[in-house]
Amino acid sequence: MAAVERPFPPGDYDVVVVGSGPGGLQTSYCLRALGVSHAVLSRDDCPGGMFRHFPIYQRLITWTKPDAPVERTSREYEWYDHNSLLADEPELRAVVPALMDRAFDLPSRAEMEAGLVTFAERAGLEVRYGCTWESTRHEDGRLVLETSDGEYRARAVVFALGITEPWRADVPGLEHAAHYVETRDPARYENRDVFVVGKRNSGFEVSQGILPWARSIVLGSPRPVQMEALALSALRVRYLHPYDEYSRGGPGTYVIDVTIERVEPVGERFRVVTHGTTWDGTLEFEVDDVIAATGFRTPLRDLRKLGLVTVADDRIPALTPWWESVSLPGAFFAGNASQGARGVEKRGAGANSGSVNGFRYNARVLAQQLAERLTGYEPPREPIPDIVSFLLHELTSAPDLWVQKGYLTRVVSETAEGWHDGGVMPLAHYLDVVEEDGAAASVEVDERGTTLPTLYLRRRGEIREHQLDPHPLHRYDGDHYRREVEALVG
Amino acid sequence: MSIAETLGQLALFADLTPSQLEAIAHSHDEDVFAVGERVLRRGISGGNFYVILEGEAAVEVEGEERHRLGRGEFFGEISALTGDPPTADVVARTVLRCLVIPAVQLERLLLDRPQFMLRLLRMEARRLQGTVEWRQ
Repeated sequence: MAAVERPFPPGDYDVVVVGSGPGGLQTSYCLRALGVSHAVLSRDDCPGGMFRHFPIYQRLITWTKPDAPVERTSREYEWYDHNSLLADEPELRAVVPALMDRAFDLPSRAEMEAGLVTFAERAGLEVRYGCTWESTRHEDGRLVLETSDGEYRARAVVFALGITEPWRADVPGLEHAAHYVETRDPARYENRDVFVVGKRNSGFEVSQGILPWARSIVLGSPRPVQMEALALSALRVRYLHPYDEYSRGGPGTYVIDVTIERVEPVGERFRVVTHGTTWDGTLEFEVDDVIAATGFRTPLRDLRKLGLVTVADDRIPALTPWWESVSLPGAFFAGNASQGARGVEKRGAGANSGSVNGFRYNARVLAQQLAERLTGYEPPREPIPDIVSFLLHELTSAPDLWVQKGYLTRVVSETAEGWHDGGVMPLAHYLDVVEEDGAAASVEVDERGTTLPTLYLRRRGEIREHQLDPHPLHRYDGDHYRREVEALVG
Repeated sequence: MSIAETLGQLALFADLTPSQLEAIAHSHDEDVFAVGERVLRRGISGGNFYVILEGEAAVEVEGEERHRLGRGEFFGEISALTGDPPTADVVARTVLRCLVIPAVQLERLLLDRPQFMLRLLRMEARRLQGTVEWRQ
């Protein structure tokens, strides 16, 4: 076999990106656009990351609407297409809708995977495939990654590893259960009684998948299904069928709030002992199968030994608003694990960093931050002649602000020469660190899910927060809004 | 140690059963902040209620530390209950791990778990007592 030249040989780089899923590809694309020298390593042999295998039941929960009120190549279209990666070139934008068969406005797993492969090919993104990160150490203020191909040294490492390692909750006996990842063949649940541990994405997904096969299904976990929140989340689109059966009273499908004391084998079957969390009492179930749908964790290898701190039952790295480990400087995260950064979290609202539509923006903002820190890159601070129109347009139609609500903000600065664009950054950074006079626009939500366009005005070190009125069509560019914003920034 | 087990060791949650603690631990997220990161911001709306699981935080007014909070203590309850923005900043002094309870859910929890409400009121009363004595 002829030797093929592989990119990114072991050595020193400004940045090393680990992973070739959507987070890794988006980060690499954005770093390259800013001229940051970097290597991309992946243990896989082609792009796509978790979408090469998941979701098992083949349908995503994030929408892409092939036709929309705006052009596919426009920035505004990103709002209608939650699955394509971001790019400046028209031929690299909105890749996923062009590949959809339109059976549904949610792409299939295969369409999503094809979208990522197409993006990587068209963009000419280079990845050193078949290169496995094995261990990590600190040396002279740099992270050193030992891989199957040799050592990589970097000033910053962006781990884009996904949240992909099957994880089982700490319940005695749960080791007897099949994990969600092992449930690919629904036919094996034909005419069987099944207990599913977990009521989040994978719990509902697998339950819906086996609904046509199983005799009875019980979904159990301590946390109540929060219907108000769920009604506004992507999860409702696909996976609420079992809940529907339960709430209509169909015997044989139950969704219950319980702690699971233990799972114990009884002959060929299992006994599941549970205690109510939102009700008092104990329930025992005898079932044929138990499925652990308790989720996944980030494959962090030895990073905890270097001091990396985690959240969510040790499943996800704890991150600063710039997606850097709170305890291991130089270790950044892109992709799904970027949800380890909670941001300002007003009214408890987190970012949408657990899906491509949110973390693609995180990756772009992170790439710019790395360029500024490592290469002295200075972003263009374009003058803004009409500040009122600019702010109202951002609030009405900026896809990054609308997807990363309350997390990312569009910043403008004010000098004697006028207003200038300060780009997009985490709102926490704007509130806590930025000192120059100016303003920031952020799209936020209240407890009832009402969208609140919000401006922060910074003058002489003092910040004032202004919520503009909601609008039924989310259009904040009418005269009423113009007058209000004029009074603020004038 | 799981979040539920940690909560079980804190005075605020001392009267709740293991199942009730599990429900609280699974219904709310934990947040971890880097040294120097701000958790609550003076004048900014929408602040949550935080219970410190690990680490220390400082209550700051105009950059000056007024009070130090540690494991088992809480903050953000006043603005969560009144709806007014906080009048001080709270800043992580160490790597700080907190349970986060948004205002709406705090109200629900107080009504659902009167034992928790009583504990919180007692701790709040002691703080008030401390403040009154300090003023005298």
